[in-house]
Amino acid sequence: MSDKKYLTRMGDGEITYMTKDEIREDVLAGMDDAVTKGKSEPMSQNDVDYMVEILTDENKIVGVEPGYEGVTVFDAGTLKVPVRSGVPVDRSTDILIHERVLMSDAMELCHPDYSWKAIKNIAPEEAMMMEQCQMNTIIPLFYGAMPNMGLYTKPDGPYDNWSELLPQGKIKEAMEAQELAADACAEDMIYIASMQAEAGADGIQFDTAGAAGDGDYLAALKAAKVLSEKYPDLCITMGMANEFTLGMHGRLKFEGQKLAGTYPAKQVKICESAGVHSYGCVVNTNSSRSFAWNLARATTYVQQATKVADIPVLVDAGMGVGGVPLTNVCPVDASSRVAKCLMEIGKADGL
Amino acid sequence: MAATYEMAMGLQGTRAAGDLVARMVFKGMKIADAKAYVAGKLNCAVEDLADCYAMKEIRESLDIGHMIITPHASYGMAAKMKIAEILDIKIPSVENFKKQIGMK
Repeated sequence: MSDKKYLTRMGDGEITYMTKDEIREDVLAGMDDAVTKGKSEPMSQNDVDYMVEILTDENKIVGVEPGYEGVTVFDAGTLKVPVRSGVPVDRSTDILIHERVLMSDAMELCHPDYSWKAIKNIAPEEAMMMEQCQMNTIIPLFYGAMPNMGLYTKPDGPYDNWSELLPQGKIKEAMEAQELAADACAEDMIYIASMQAEAGADGIQFDTAGAAGDGDYLAALKAAKVLSEKYPDLCITMGMANEFTLGMHGRLKFEGQKLAGTYPAKQVKICESAGVHSYGCVVNTNSSRSFAWNLARATTYVQQATKVADIPVLVDAGMGVGGVPLTNVCPVDASSRVAKCLMEIGKADGL
Repeated sequence: MAATYEMAMGLQGTRAAGDLVARMVFKGMKIADAKAYVAGKLNCAVEDLADCYAMKEIRESLDIGHMIITPHASYGMAAKMKIAEILDIKIPSVENFKKQIGMK
């Protein structure tokens, strides 16, 4: 047993030093969490050993072995350069920056208010923007936003707020409100996404699906089903909100499959039945556990999803998901290890 | 993050063959199948797809767009029209553009 300590991170990104044995212990504990809660199969002994080797690699940046490369796509695509970084460029320029400077494989056009409902009033203008961007762009270009079903509750929307009804014991009313909101949310997403499809979008991204619970997820699945049948050349990608679908309603089903309580390996199969072409696996980071714990947990979930998936699994690996520390300035020692583990051990198709 | 991931695991977009492989992944192909399909259509080795040196030659010879814009080279819609033909896929914006200019 060696007392040598390696530079690693906590789940919030702060540097910590751990011995190889401590790192291994956390890798096993993170994996066990995914096995116990998410019914994933454990990683093999070789995979665990390899992950420990990657985590204790003393190079600052690591990368995949040739042959393990995958594709990259972005959610909140055009929010990052012009909005979050405050670079004074319009969205079409941001897309070209991704294409010709950052070398992204695909990109997403989006509105700063990243919710489908908020876009409804400006849907024709957003479709025109897609048409203009497509003239100059070579890489596949998505349009994306979040279902964000909470926006359909009073006072922003027409339905009673289930989060207020539930504590009052009004279970039936809360369930009915969610069912109505899910239908309205799906209808809006189909309306806006249809305009984008007809404007030449390569794909539609339903991002953070399930953030408001199983009703939110159902709305995205219903919209995906309609759109995939209506536009056979349109790619539908579904990025999840969580590794666990929250049962705010609890009894909602899509084509006979219960949504509440589903983990990635089940989520991806439900997405397939909705005609989704690629699935964005999300595993949220626990900021009070170590990076090793979080990465092992995320990789175990991803490995299980890729084993059963018939469609590509593109793992969400942004701030606070996919094992990435919960900081908006993620250190490259951590993010490059995330990329290597998710691609080589998790067998992801991309990030 | 975009830069880190391209260095750590990426196919480098139009610098190599990332956009081409992505188009097939978005048709629902797993990454290995997508790479094999694109390599077959480009008549190159799968290893070439992630190699910016090999792909520069291939992209320029096929005139399907590259990160470095050179005089008379195709980019944007013109490049995509050729990509659709080479990969034998329908690209929605290309289909729209063909209608607009009376090619369809």
